[in-house]
Amino acid sequence: MSDYIIELKNITKSFGNVNAVEGVSLQIKPGEVVGLIGDNGAGKSTLIKILSGVHPPDKGEIFVRGEKVSHWNAARSRLSGIETVYQDRALVIQQSITRNIFMGREIQRRFGFVDTKKQRQEANRLMRDIGFTSKVFDPDSPVATLSGGERQGVAIARALYFDAELIILDEPTTALSLTETRKVFSFIENVRARGKSIIFIGHNIYHVYDVAERFIVLDRGKIVLTSDKTEVSSAEYLIETMHDIAETGHAEIHA
Amino acid sequence: MSTQPVDQRVGRDEVHPLIKWMRNNRRVLTSAGFLFLMLIAFVIASPDVFTQFRTYRSVMIALPVSIFVVIPLVFVVTAGEIDLSFPAVVGMASYGFAAIVDAGGNPLLGIFAALAIGVVLGYLNGILVVHIGLSALVATLGMNFLLRGLINITVEGFSIAMPELRGTLVHSLMTDDPILGIPNQMLWATAFAILGLFLYNYHRFGIHVHCVGDHPGSAAEMGVNVARTRIMVFVFTGIGAALAGVFSVMINFVWWPTTGDGLLLPVLAGLFVGGTPTWGGIGTVLGGAFGVTIVSFIETGVIAAGLTGFFTQFFYGLIIIVSLIGQRFNGARVR
Ligand SMILES: Nc1ncnc2c1ncn2[C@@H]1O[C@H](COP(=O)(O)OP(=O)(O)OP(=O)(O)O)[C@@H](O)[C@H]1O
Ligand SMILES: [Mg+2]
Repeated sequence: MSDYIIELKNITKSFGNVNAVEGVSLQIKPGEVVGLIGDNGAGKSTLIKILSGVHPPDKGEIFVRGEKVSHWNAARSRLSGIETVYQDRALVIQQSITRNIFMGREIQRRFGFVDTKKQRQEANRLMRDIGFTSKVFDPDSPVATLSGGERQGVAIARALYFDAELIILDEPTTALSLTETRKVFSFIENVRARGKSIIFIGHNIYHVYDVAERFIVLDRGKIVLTSDKTEVSSAEYLIETMHDIAETGHAEIHA
Repeated sequence: MSTQPVDQRVGRDEVHPLIKWMRNNRRVLTSAGFLFLMLIAFVIASPDVFTQFRTYRSVMIALPVSIFVVIPLVFVVTAGEIDLSFPAVVGMASYGFAAIVDAGGNPLLGIFAALAIGVVLGYLNGILVVHIGLSALVATLGMNFLLRGLINITVEGFSIAMPELRGTLVHSLMTDDPILGIPNQMLWATAFAILGLFLYNYHRFGIHVHCVGDHPGSAAEMGVNVARTRIMVFVFTGIGAALAGVFSVMINFVWWPTTGDGLLLPVLAGLFVGGTPTWGGIGTVLGGAFGVTIVSFIETGVIAAGLTGFFTQFFYGLIIIVSLIGQRFNGARVR
């Protein structure tokens, strides 16, 4: 058994002329919260989509619990315990809340038929757990009838449901009110307390600094800095470092 | 989730379960209502025709052929695709059936051959659209011409008569009418529609079809196999078209080089009249069945009302437009 839930080695991915990710290696340990930061277009979302199996990398290797995987895809990554809240939310808005929560991982009965009754009950319970009241929210109502923040709630609830070993959150707090943002943080604490890992992507460095215990800074597709929280004295310091990176393209941690 | 405590808000809650059910099924209810109103109008316009069972019986003879194609087409359109090749696939598959029966083969073997042809041609459509990336509209239109052309090149205008089908067990199972005079093909088509209904709403395949048509990117991110789902809807259409072809030949005892050709417009009209919108993600299987039923009754109704056949087209158009306006009240696409 390996020390890492998932490990990337020398991953490269380009879209046409854009080298979105270039030679990235990283490891995620059980129970750690990693903050992934970087400018717009730095390649954060692309990197986590490689982790979650949405984009096949052009080059490089992926190891899950020490074993090299081939034909990595989104279904496999979910089955091996990785759930992702994507930046775009990955919702199908004409479909019901229930259908969205179970999309791709339906509760099945025989011959591929879906236990819609059980799914509905579970969705109802889950929505209540995260603060939707069943009086207002019916698990049968289409996601299109929800507000932006509510939709985000569905995406987060879905990641919670499957009891993943690693939860990836790509900017989970954009579009959320303060109360809702606080909910997301208490949810992260919860997940951490259960010994699961998290990758948190955010543009609000104060948020990232608060939740994460290790930071990875991405710049133009490359990792330019990896450091433990113990090496970074404050959020301001992290912001300062990010400015340096933007100007010089590299960074050092000054003691 | 919102800044206001959700449980203090009012307005969206407490709908009666019946209202909710009607809201969730409003598209199929619209087409069922439309069919009902149309039949009432026909009964009023020509009571002596439309109070007779044989009027309905005559519609039920050929209607099943349309039902076998429209059900899978609901899946295709829900998945965000379209398949215009089904008339020629009906022709090709039934040619396979007819050729085997004509050569003295067992009709059951002929049915398997037809199904195999349907599956292969559906798969081919799927490959062209999904893997080669052609537009479904143009590629399947091309396939329709290509396959029909192949049929014509092969048979050079000759049809195949199969009087030997009469009296075979397969034939009577498929087309006799032992139960209340209802043609068996109507029962088979109903069973197919019910199977389609369950696949569409309660099976992983149907649910993935909805998700893929709604937002393929989201579906892919959640691990739905988008390419396979899209290919499967074309394969399913191939199967439906093959069954339609076999039934069509069984009913007529003849295979013509044009078999299936007349289905294109009525079936597409029925599909959309039935309440499946063009944009993907939602649709209704039963609505599709009601839609082709509406279209089938138009011709009977027009003739029974004493109008000449020239009016049929006009009424096709009128009823399509009016019922689409009705479906329009069920909402435009949400984004
Ligand atoms: N599917 C795609 N097709 C083409 N180019 C893409 C695609 N996805 C990402 N890119 C490009 O790759 C680069 C990295 O994008 P990515 O979304 O990973 O950035 P990001 O760090 O998540 O940015 P943000 O903070 O704005 O979300 C960008 O230049 C983007 O235009
Ligand atoms: Mg991003």
